[in-house]
Amino acid sequence: MKRLPGRLGQAILVLWAVASVTFLLFRLMPGDPTLNFLSESFSEEMRAALLASFGLDRPLPEQYVLYLGSLLRGDLGVSFLQKRPVADILLEALPNTVALTVTALLVAYAFGIVAGAFLAFARGTVTEGIAIPAALITRAAPEFWLGMILLAWLSFGWGIFPSSGANQAGSEFSSEWARLTSADFLWHLVLPALTLALYLQGLPLLLMRATMLEVLNDEFIVMARMKGLSRWAIVMRHAARNALLPVATAFALGLGQSFGGNVVIETVFSWPGLGRVLVSAVQGADYPLAQGAFIMIAFVLVTMNMVADLLYAWLDPRVSVGARR
Amino acid sequence: MPGASPASAALPRSRPAPGALRAALGFLRGQPFAIAGLAIYLIFLIFAVFADQIATHDPRQILFSGAYRVARYLPPSETHYLGTTSGGRDIFSQLVHGTRSALKVGVTAALCVVLLGSLMGLLAGYLGGWVDRVIMRLSDIVLGLPFLPFVLVISALTRPGLLTVVASVALLLWPNTARVIRSQVLSLRERGWVEAARVTGCSTARIIFVHIAPQVAPLAALYGSIAVGWAILTEASASFLGFGDPAAISWGLMLQDAFANQALSREAWNWFVPPGLCIVALVLAGFLVSRGSEKLLFPKLGD
Repeated sequence: MKRLPGRLGQAILVLWAVASVTFLLFRLMPGDPTLNFLSESFSEEMRAALLASFGLDRPLPEQYVLYLGSLLRGDLGVSFLQKRPVADILLEALPNTVALTVTALLVAYAFGIVAGAFLAFARGTVTEGIAIPAALITRAAPEFWLGMILLAWLSFGWGIFPSSGANQAGSEFSSEWARLTSADFLWHLVLPALTLALYLQGLPLLLMRATMLEVLNDEFIVMARMKGLSRWAIVMRHAARNALLPVATAFALGLGQSFGGNVVIETVFSWPGLGRVLVSAVQGADYPLAQGAFIMIAFVLVTMNMVADLLYAWLDPRVSVGARR
Repeated sequence: MPGASPASAALPRSRPAPGALRAALGFLRGQPFAIAGLAIYLIFLIFAVFADQIATHDPRQILFSGAYRVARYLPPSETHYLGTTSGGRDIFSQLVHGTRSALKVGVTAALCVVLLGSLMGLLAGYLGGWVDRVIMRLSDIVLGLPFLPFVLVISALTRPGLLTVVASVALLLWPNTARVIRSQVLSLRERGWVEAARVTGCSTARIIFVHIAPQVAPLAALYGSIAVGWAILTEASASFLGFGDPAAISWGLMLQDAFANQALSREAWNWFVPPGLCIVALVLAGFLVSRGSEKLLFPKLGD
């Protein structure tokens, strides 16, 4: 793959720019960050010592160089409020966000692909007349509102699912993996994942349907039909394979975007993930933590954008004919 | 004829505007999606304009039932069509007044996205070279910024409010429009009439803004109708997360209010369902209009 080095270089450039924008954004934040956790009884020296411990007493360019250097080492600083390394806090939240996003995406795309392919054949029927507007409606609905309805209905109303958190309070597990695979965790995961999946399924559904319709009119399908292949074989082996192309790209893009977009769903369900860390950090003016969470979300987004590009080139030889020979 | 509009070269000569309007209306007749979308827009527009007349109460006023008892959590009734909130405010009146901020955010944000995106796309596509490279790299960077987290950070940085939402939506959504416009301009600039304009001595600015811009305007409008929905969803999400303008009356703030005040556990469906439905309807209208106009713009996709 000759595209890889160039695309990688571009991704690194974008990451550097995003990191710089983040640096500027957070240095421009109003107010004195130290005011949030310093009481008035602190002396001027104690304040200065604290600023120095966060490196906030140096001139801006020097701070910038230090900031880039520590970013490269994976050092995101220390949280103002929790007084722990930001990286530790983020790594604790990361598995929850990954579990939520990946589960929801898999459910959404499995459903969307099958339903979309089916709808391509149901062209002009009543089913289509109902399903397409329904898919559009789920894409038009705010995610957190869908979550609120599911909460009121299935959690507060019928009491089937827990209303918040990722685990029963006070539960302990031998390892992170044991926690993530515990029935308790999965039980808590159902509602947030369902909400996210409900929101996400519209895109693969509409995309799959549109490309299927396009592919089904292609010459090679006509050819396959003339060869006397069964309808099933045509759909599975020829049409669906080609229609899956844009869907696969959308999946990679969706993974990157959901990481940031999860912010609202994690808030509705009090899901202890990256998005919720970001929201509470911004609300509490915990700038190192907010900055770290933002950079981590951006990192996943940029990486997945790159993966989507490469995936598209790899799956569709026409995009990179010159490069692959 | 340096001043001749490029459209008139392609179309039969001297077509009057009313004819074009009638053609558009005739086209709409075959577009149930677009008609439905426009109808929804129109209904909300009426609600926004006549909000003061339609609302039954002052949306900010704390209402009392009987002697000094705040009228909280009232179920829907004849005086309160949708009941009241935990703070004793009339939900229906809030909903009606919320239309104003939704339309304000949606329309201004869409305008900004379209203007910024078109400008960038036109410049990158027509000028090419380093301008193109800079704009495209810039759009790469913007696409690398996570959308909602960025809005939150900006809201915390500045005063939270509708303007912040509009500005951040415009700042983050222009690349999509710009890229599409750019690729369109790349093909347009090779056309004969652009060549002709160049030969007759038109300035670059004139070619870009007088000759090419009108050609890409419908495409920009298509992206604008989607941006309306994005802006409204963003405002709702930001408000829900506590980064909205607390003084405003918006659907997002209503949902946040409901969520924070136990509307879910009290199963006060009358409180948190209507604002969401309004958001869905307004965003959906944008989708429907864009689906309809897609067929107008790309007739080949229609079949």
